[in-house]
Formats: sequence, structure tokens, C-alpha cells
Amino acid sequence: MALAFERRLTRHWGDPEVVGLDGYLARGGYEGLRRAVSMTPEEIVEAVKASGLRGRGGAGFPTGMKWGFVPRDTGKPTYVVVNFDESEPGTCNNRELVEREPHRLLEGTAIAALAIGCTTAFIYVRGEYLWQALVLERAIREAYGGGFLGPRIAGSDRTVDIVVHRGAGAYICGEETALLNSLEGLRGQPRLRPPFPAVEGLYACPTVVNNVETLMNVPDIIVRGPEWFRELGTDKSPGTKMVTISGKVERPGNYEVPLGTPFRTVLEELAGGVLGGRALKAWTPGGSSTPLLTAEHVDIPLDYESLAAAGSMLGTAAIMVMDETDCIVDAAARMVRFYAVESCGKCTPCREGGWWATRVLDRLEAGFGRADDLPVVRDLGRNILFRAFCALADGTASVITSSLRHFADEYEEHVRLGRCPLGVPHLEEVAS
Amino acid sequence: MTEAFPGGAIEEARAIIARYPAGRERSALMPLLYLAQSIEGYVSREALRAIAALLQITTAEVEAVASFYTMYRLHPTGTHVIGVCTNLACKLRGAVAVLEAAREATGVGSSGHGVSPDGAFTVHEEECLGVCDHAPAVQINVANHDEVTPERMRELVERLRAGEVPTPARGPAFASFREACRALAGLEPAPPTPGGGA
Repeated sequence: MALAFERRLTRHWGDPEVVGLDGYLARGGYEGLRRAVSMTPEEIVEAVKASGLRGRGGAGFPTGMKWGFVPRDTGKPTYVVVNFDESEPGTCNNRELVEREPHRLLEGTAIAALAIGCTTAFIYVRGEYLWQALVLERAIREAYGGGFLGPRIAGSDRTVDIVVHRGAGAYICGEETALLNSLEGLRGQPRLRPPFPAVEGLYACPTVVNNVETLMNVPDIIVRGPEWFRELGTDKSPGTKMVTISGKVERPGNYEVPLGTPFRTVLEELAGGVLGGRALKAWTPGGSSTPLLTAEHVDIPLDYESLAAAGSMLGTAAIMVMDETDCIVDAAARMVRFYAVESCGKCTPCREGGWWATRVLDRLEAGFGRADDLPVVRDLGRNILFRAFCALADGTASVITSSLRHFADEYEEHVRLGRCPLGVPHLEEVAS
Repeated sequence: MTEAFPGGAIEEARAIIARYPAGRERSALMPLLYLAQSIEGYVSREALRAIAALLQITTAEVEAVASFYTMYRLHPTGTHVIGVCTNLACKLRGAVAVLEAAREATGVGSSGHGVSPDGAFTVHEEECLGVCDHAPAVQINVANHDEVTPERMRELVERLRAGEVPTPARGPAFASFREACRALAGLEPAPPTPGGGA
């Protein structure tokens, strides 16, 4: 299938002028905000609901519905918080979206602020995205100068300020309640829900937390309408999705595709196929926390429903590709180590289970595995899943369970041979 | 307080606090930790106490936050901090050899938290840096270097040792970890762009 469609989020990529305000304005930028200031908050929410836009950060929750949950009669301020803590392994499309067109994010954020009656919005940027935070701060200065932020935005009587807040190296802060704690100057540990952020979020005030890509879709929805938005994608997953493809492919990168585009199209047409023409072995559809799939799944459409039906998830649409020379046990050990390192320590199954699983997987990969390690690992996967406060632990379980589901033979071979059959080099010294 | 935030730094600290809504001063804790780190190269005991005094919270509350996040360093750190991502996308592209090259070339031990004998380098094994499209990803003083090979890693270390500031793949370079921390505290504006405007 040849991929031909009108690009949306990436239509100005490669055009360096669009990074600045003048360039953005010359290409129709801030038209959505200009229209939004003359709409009621309800009209904005209705337009986003009608578009069917779903959160692009992983969960796929309908954006308009999320905005609609914010109560308007509490007498407290409301907040929009942009989740730019992009940290799921394999995911980097938000980074490039902001680098290339920062004003689109500011415009989407300001429209969201209008929709929920917010006057101060925050953008939470992961600390490692230092350059991207500087790009945003520069764009914010320009937007204030141009009258698109601050008091009386776009000629209206509305005020919207945007504050950039940097994280400091904690994956867990991508979880929205951990992010809110971090923004309040606390350790980034998740909060009990309910209350949900829509009711009690930042500073215990009604709060909407949205992903970067989600908000960058909003200006076009206001300008071109919900029906236009639905022209691409599927009925239940409308619009386009940014996909990051990395690992063993010829052209790793961020690509925009209509939701429902088969993985094969992304792999072969956009990424140029598996590196060196080797055979595809395994891939993550949505970052390391989404269950691994194999070469058998190459024709699966990339949308929320199709991936769920295949036993995985769209997640952040971060595809990491492994070829026939890559060891699954080695890859699983590395992915599980990530969740162990990044566990916030709040829940025992995650805090202890992640390290236990890491030690067993490292031992298997190093050739010191025992036959009874496999049931141990399988059992750990089962006992971690859904047993912790937030979804971080489920990432550990997902790696373990899916790698065992598709590649049990390879695990067994490590035990039988007393070494990695693929001879993958690794650093970790394993205590025997 | 004067040691952790000497001279004009205390004014900068107050400007950071003013970014957040009135009554929500504690939100400034994270940027204040970066500010302290930009002055001393790490977050010292004195800095923890100074920040606690500024925000009118306890030193324990400040330390609880400082010790939670990996980008805050509670012990003296090398002039340059080299971060090498070894998460899956980078590992598949040879990151383990890049990390080994960084440790070897700088003379930092394999603990990952140590400082090289000459005090010039700290090498840190990173989790995903969000540059999976240009793996293996490396950061030198929080500026990105793309598709780094072990040879390139050794060359970067040599250039830093010679006092050069290697040009990153995107954005500005920072001459030291302390300079990067000023930008992390939100105190260094980015240069204007060609398509700029107001």
C-alpha cells in the first residue's frame, strides 16, 4: 500500500522559517486561536469532542471528554498542564514536533486554556530536553510580543500565561499525577485517584493534563472543523499519529501516518525496511511498555483497537525493531532494568519485582540461568501486572510476559547452552 | 545562605520563585536546585539548607526531592558530565561500546557516578534520552550528540580535554555542566531564530 495523504502535524517540517513567529503566522499560524477567542468554552469543547481526537500520550482517552470533565463552578483557578515529559523508551516524536514548530504547541495550549477557563498553563519538559525547553521559551517570548499570550490574547479580553517547568530525569513524571506532584515541588510519585486531576489536580484545583501531540492537533480542528479531522484515520481512531521507528531499520525517524496504517507500510516505505536487509524478529508497537510483537504481526494496522486485539497497545507508537541477530533475553533484560531503575519506590511489586526480574534476566543472558528461572520470571510477570499503584510496573510485566509468549524457546536455549546463543555482548557483571 | 547563593544569585532565586502563582512558591524547588548546581557544580548540604530557608520548608523536604531525580547530583561532579543512553533503541545500535569508550577515555570507573582522577569528567549511563531516531544518543553537558561511535566518543573526550566545546547535533553547546545547569534553571535565553519576529 502506497502511503499518500495530506500531512498535518508535519506539513511544515523542513521549513526552518516556521520555527519563528513571523514564519508561523505567514503559514496560517494562530488562526485557530483567533477563532477560539470568539467561541464559548462549550463550543471549543464540543468541536474537540466531535473530532474524536484521542490522547496521543499512550492511553488514548478522548480529549474533548477530558476537557468536559472540568467543573466550572468551584471558585478555584483551573490549570492546563502540558505533558512534555516524553520518556517512554523508543519515543521521541514530541521532541521533534516542538523543535520544528513550537508555536503550534503554544497555540493548542492557549485554546485548551480558553476551553476550561484557565489563565496560567504549564509546560512540563523533561530535563534532558534542554534545547527544546529553550526553543519553547523563545517561542513564548515571541508569542507575548505578538499578543498571542499574556493579557488580551488575540485582541480578546482573555489572559493566558504559559510557564515552562523542567523535570530532572524521572520517567515516572510522565504519569500525570506524578507530574503534578513534581510541578508542586514534590517527589514525582503518583497520587491516588479519585480524585482525578480534572477535579483536583495541580494545587488541588481542576486541571487538564494533555500530551504535546494531542494539543498540536487542536488548532487545525478549530480552523478546519471536526469533519475534516475525521477524514484520516479510522472511525474509532480518527486523525494521524506520529510514529517513532528506531532500532534495526534503515531510516530511523519520526513519521506521521493516518491511524490504521499497517506496520508493514511504516517499516518498508518510511523506514526503508530492516537494517541490512535482515529478517524482522520482534518489535514494540508503542514503546517498551507495550507487549512485544513478531514478524507474524507485520500487517497489523497501527490503531488503538487493532493493537489491543493483537494483545498489545498503540501506546506512544514508538516502534523499536529487532532483527534476527538480536537476542530477546538481552533486550528483555535491558527493558526490565529500565522499569526497575525508574520505579519511584512507592509499591512493593514494582520496587522489588523489577530488580528481582532484572537479576534473573541478567543471569539468564550471561549463561548462568537455571531451568527453574523460567517459571520464576513468568511468575514475576503475573504478580507485577495490575498489582501496583500506576502503570509503570505493568511495563515490567508486559516485557516479561510478551517475550516469554513469543520466544520461550530462546529463553530455554540460554539455559540449555549456558550462554547466549546469539553471543550478544553486554556490560553487566553477573555475580555467579 | 550567602555561600550557596552568592552575589546576584539570590536575586535570580527570587525571580525563579516569582514564576509560580502566589502561595505556590514550593513549585520553584526544582529550578532552585538547578540554580544551586550551576554555582557549585552539585547540590551541597549548604544549598539544601539555603533553598529550605528560601521556601520556608525543611531541609529534609528539599533533600527528599533532590535525591529523587537523577539530574541533581548530591556529590561533587566532573566539569563535564557525559551521559550515554544504553536503553534498547541505542543498545541495538551499539551503545554499550560507546559507554565503555567513554569510561575508558575519561578514566572514570564503571560505577558510573564517579569523577575522573583529573576532576574533568563524570560519565553517567542514561535511560532513554529521547533521541532514538539518532541512536546511539549521547549528551555532553545536556547537549546532544547523535549517532555516536566509540571512535567519535574518544575524539569528543579528547577535544573536551583540550578545552574545546564540541558543536552538538542541535541547539547550543555548554562549556561545562555548571553552564548547562544555568539553562536548566531557565536563566539562559536561547538565541533568536531567522524566522523570529517580536
